[in-house]
Amino acid sequence: MKYEPVIGLEVHLQLKTKTKAFCGCSTLFGQRPNSQSCPVCLGLPGSLPKLNHEAFGHSIKVALALHCSVQKEIKFDRKNYYYPDLPKNFQISQYDKPVAHDGFVDISSCGKIKKIRIKRVHLEEDAGKLIHQTGGPYSLFDCNRAGMPLLEIVTEPDINSPEEAYDYLTGLKSILKYLEVSDCDMEKGSLRCDANISVRPAGSDKLGSKVELKNMNSFKAVRLALEHEVSRQMEAVSAGEKLQQETRLWDAGKAVTLLMRTKEEAHDYRYFPEPDLVPFVPDPSYVEDIRKTIPEMPDAKAKRFKERFNLSDYDIAVLVSDKAAADYFEKCLESYDNPKTVANWIMGDITAQSNLKNTGIRELGISPQGLAELLKMIDGQLISGKMAKEVLLEAIEKRCEPAQIVRSKGLEQLSDKGELEKIVKVILGRNEKSVQDYKGGKKNALTFIIGQVMRETKGKANPAVINEILKKSLGE
Amino acid sequence: MENLYDLPANRLAEKLKSKTLKPSHVVEKIIQRIKELNGRINSFVFIDEPQALKAAKAADGSDLKGDLSGIPIAVKDNICVKGQDTTCSSRILKGFRPPYDATVIKKIRENGLILVGKTNMDEFAFGSSCETSCYGPTKNPWDPDRIPGGSSGGSAAAVASGQIVMAIGSDTGGSIRQPAAMCGVVGMKPTYGLVSRYGLIAFASSLDQIGPITKDVTDAAALLGVIAGHDEMDSTSADIETPDYRKSLVNDVKGLKIGIPKEYFIEGIEPDVLKAVKEAIELLKKMGAQIKEISLPHTEYAVSTYYIIAPAEASSNLARFDGVQYGFRAPHPKDIIDMYTKTRSQGFGEEAKRRILLGTYVLSSGYYEAYYLKALKVRTKIRVDFTRAFKEVDCIVTPTSPTTAFKIGERIDDPLSMYLSDIFTIPANLAGIPAISIPCGFDGKGLPIGLQIIADAFKEENIFTAAYAYEQNTDWHSKRPGI
Repeated sequence: MKYEPVIGLEVHLQLKTKTKAFCGCSTLFGQRPNSQSCPVCLGLPGSLPKLNHEAFGHSIKVALALHCSVQKEIKFDRKNYYYPDLPKNFQISQYDKPVAHDGFVDISSCGKIKKIRIKRVHLEEDAGKLIHQTGGPYSLFDCNRAGMPLLEIVTEPDINSPEEAYDYLTGLKSILKYLEVSDCDMEKGSLRCDANISVRPAGSDKLGSKVELKNMNSFKAVRLALEHEVSRQMEAVSAGEKLQQETRLWDAGKAVTLLMRTKEEAHDYRYFPEPDLVPFVPDPSYVEDIRKTIPEMPDAKAKRFKERFNLSDYDIAVLVSDKAAADYFEKCLESYDNPKTVANWIMGDITAQSNLKNTGIRELGISPQGLAELLKMIDGQLISGKMAKEVLLEAIEKRCEPAQIVRSKGLEQLSDKGELEKIVKVILGRNEKSVQDYKGGKKNALTFIIGQVMRETKGKANPAVINEILKKSLGE
Repeated sequence: MENLYDLPANRLAEKLKSKTLKPSHVVEKIIQRIKELNGRINSFVFIDEPQALKAAKAADGSDLKGDLSGIPIAVKDNICVKGQDTTCSSRILKGFRPPYDATVIKKIRENGLILVGKTNMDEFAFGSSCETSCYGPTKNPWDPDRIPGGSSGGSAAAVASGQIVMAIGSDTGGSIRQPAAMCGVVGMKPTYGLVSRYGLIAFASSLDQIGPITKDVTDAAALLGVIAGHDEMDSTSADIETPDYRKSLVNDVKGLKIGIPKEYFIEGIEPDVLKAVKEAIELLKKMGAQIKEISLPHTEYAVSTYYIIAPAEASSNLARFDGVQYGFRAPHPKDIIDMYTKTRSQGFGEEAKRRILLGTYVLSSGYYEAYYLKALKVRTKIRVDFTRAFKEVDCIVTPTSPTTAFKIGERIDDPLSMYLSDIFTIPANLAGIPAISIPCGFDGKGLPIGLQIIADAFKEENIFTAAYAYEQNTDWHSKRPGI
C-alpha cells in the first residue's frame, strides 16, 4: 500500500515590541540575565498582568495578512503546568478564542501554488530561560525572556511532504518579515517551529495517530526531522505496527527522533479564563487601521514584478523573499532602468556581502542610488565590471558610496579614443619588432602590445577601445 | 477618661488636627496596646515598630493634610508591603518580603496613615475562623475561647480590641464582613473593581476585593475614600471617578427602599441573630425607610457555586508557590518534581491543600464543563437576581452570618459547616456588588451580631447612608469588649 504523510505546523513567533506582553519590561535581546524583570514577569505574589497593546496590534496585523477572521471578543486563558522556567506555573495564553482563526497562506512548492489553511493565531507569553549547570546540583534561571509576547500560528494538516513544510516555513517567514512584527531569527529563538505528523494510506481522508515533533532549530532541521519521521512511521505501518500518539524530540547530532512522552503522559493544562484580564471587543476601525499598515505581500509583489520586469521566476522569487532586497531593487531601478543587471548585482555581490556580514541589505551602507551610479559607470565604460566589484567591496568596508571610491582613486576607465590613440602610437613606435611579428602572422604579438598599453595606463585603458584602435592602426 | 485606643479614627483625627495629640503619641499608645494584648489575641503576625515610630515622628512635625493623616493602620498579611514580611499566614511564604508596595499601600502612605504591621488571617484567606493560620488562631476579643471570624480575623480582632485604629482586610466570600460581624466592628467589601487588587496576593481573582475594617461607618467611608480608585496596574479596576463617600453620611433614610430577601431568613439562623436583625429592620422602618420583601431565587446555589469558582482560581493562583524563587523550600529534594511535591506538601496547611485539590479537580479535562462552566452560568443567574432586585430597592438588608462567633476547634474538622458560615456573604462576591457589616446587637452570651447591607454595583453611597443612619440611632458600635 502507498502511504502519504499528513503534516501540520505550529510556529511560535516572538513579536518585536518595546515592552513585554503583560508588563513594562524591555524586550532587548542579549542583556544581562534577570536585568529585564519586574514583579509581573517574575510572577511575584500580588502582581497582575496588563495587556501590551502593541503586541495585540502586531497579532492583528499577522492575522489579517494570513487572511484570518479576527475574533469578535478577545479573551485570555491560563494554561496551567509546572516548570521552573514558568514563574507563575501557568502561562497566559488563549484557548477557545484565539485572536484570529481560519486563514490561509499560498505557498509555492515544486513550481506549483498550494493553499495551506491557517487554523488559528493566538497571543501568549513566553517562558524564561533555564541555564543548566553541567554536573551541578542546580540550574540558573534568566527571567529576561519570561513574558515576551509570542504569537502561535497553527496550520491545518494541509502539508503533505517535508519539502512542502520547508516551503511553507520559508513563505510564512517572508510574509512575517514583510509585516516587520518580528526578527524571525531562529538562532535567537524569535521564531520556533513544532510539527505534527502522521501517515495514512494515500488518498484516505482519515488521520493517523499524530506525533508531535519538537526541538528543531532551523527550517532545514524541520525538513530533516520530518523526512526521518515520515520514513520511520511508514516503515512501522508497513510492518503492521500501530502507531501511538506521542511527542518526540529531534536529535540533530544523531539525526533521529526520540520519544519524549506518550499520550498517557500528556499534560492536562486545565485551561480556564484568565480572571485578571478583562475580555474586550476590538473596535472595527482599529482593525481597519491596522489593515492599512499591511504592505504589499510577497506574492502580490512577485506577480507585479513578473508583469513589469523581464526577469526569470527564480530571480523574482529570490528578490521577493526579502522585502528589503525587493524594496532596494525597485529603488535602484528609479535611477537605473535595467532590471536584469540590478537583480544580478543584488542577488550576487550585495547578497553575498550581507550574508557574510550577517546584516540586512540596507545595513551594508550602500544606497540604491549609489549602486545605480556604479552600474551607470560600467555602462558608460568609466570602469570595468571587474573594477566595479572591487569598488563595491571597498565602499562597503569604508561605509561610503561607490562613486566616492572611484573618484578618490582616479579609477575611471580610460575610454577616450583620442587619448588612447596617442598612447597606442607611442607604444607601437617603441615596439617595432612586435608590430612586424604581428604583421608576419604571429597573432599573439598583439597580446603583448595590448599588455604594454595597459601598463602605460596603469590598467585603466578600456580593452575594447584599445582593440579597436590597434586593429585599425595595424591595418585590418 | 476615655481610652485613646477605643476612639475611632475620625475622633482621633480631630485631636491630631487640633494638636491635642501627636501622631507619635498615638502610635506609641497603639504599640503598647498591641504588646499588652497580642499574646492573648494573636491578631498581629508582624509589627514594624521602628518604621511606625519613625513615620509617626515625621508626622509630628508636618502638616496633617489628609483626613486620616497620622492614624495608625494595620494590614492583612496578604497585602504586599515593600520590605515587610507578607506571608498570607502560610508557612510556604515565610520570609517573603515583597520588593514593591501594593497600590492600596501606596495610597495609604500618600494619605499619611501610619503602617503598624500585619494582621493574622486564615492561610491564604481560606477559612471563616482564622484557625488555619500557620501562626496559630486569632482569638475573639469578646471571648478568647471563640474564633474572631475569618479570614480577616486578625484585622477585625485588632480593631475590636483597640490594638489598631483601623485595618485593611480582603473579602473573597465574606472575609471582611463575617469577622467584622463576629468582632462587633464595621467591615466593608466594596464593588469588585473599585479598589485595586495590585499587590493583594490572589485567592480567587474574580472575587477578591480589598476593603476597610473600622470602628464605625464614618471611618469606613473615609478609609474607602483613601483606597478606592482606578489603577493602571489592575486591568479589572474600574475606570470611574470615585465620589466623596463622606457626603453620603447623612442621618436620613426617609424614602430609602430597603429589600428583605426571604431566602436569607431560613432555618439554621440562631434565634438571637434573627431577633437582632428583625429589630434592626424595624428600626430602619421607624426611621422612615420603606421595607419591602424581595426574592433572590438563586441564593441557595451560591455556596456551591462559590466552592467551585473560588478553589478553581485558587488552584491556579497558588501554583506559583513552588519553592523556586521565594518563600519556603523543602530541604534536600531529589529532583525538581520532588522539590515541588515536598515544598507544597510541607508548606501548605490542610485547608489550602483541600482547596487546591478541589480547584484542580473542577478544572480537569472532562469535569470542566460539568463543574466550572456550570458554576459560571449559575453565577450569572445570581448576578441577575440582584440586578432585578435593585430595580425595586436601593439596598438589601440581611444577617451577615447565621451565627455569632463559634468556639475555637468547633468546626475546623467539619469543612461544610465552616463553609456555611459564609452563606449570606458569598452572593455579593459572586455578583461583584458592595456590602457592609455593621454591629446590630449582642446574643445571650454577649457576642456581637452583624447586620449586612448590600447595594448595587458602585452604589456604596446607598450603603453608607443606611449604615450611618442606623448607627446614629443605635449605640452597638460604641460597645467595646472588656479586655
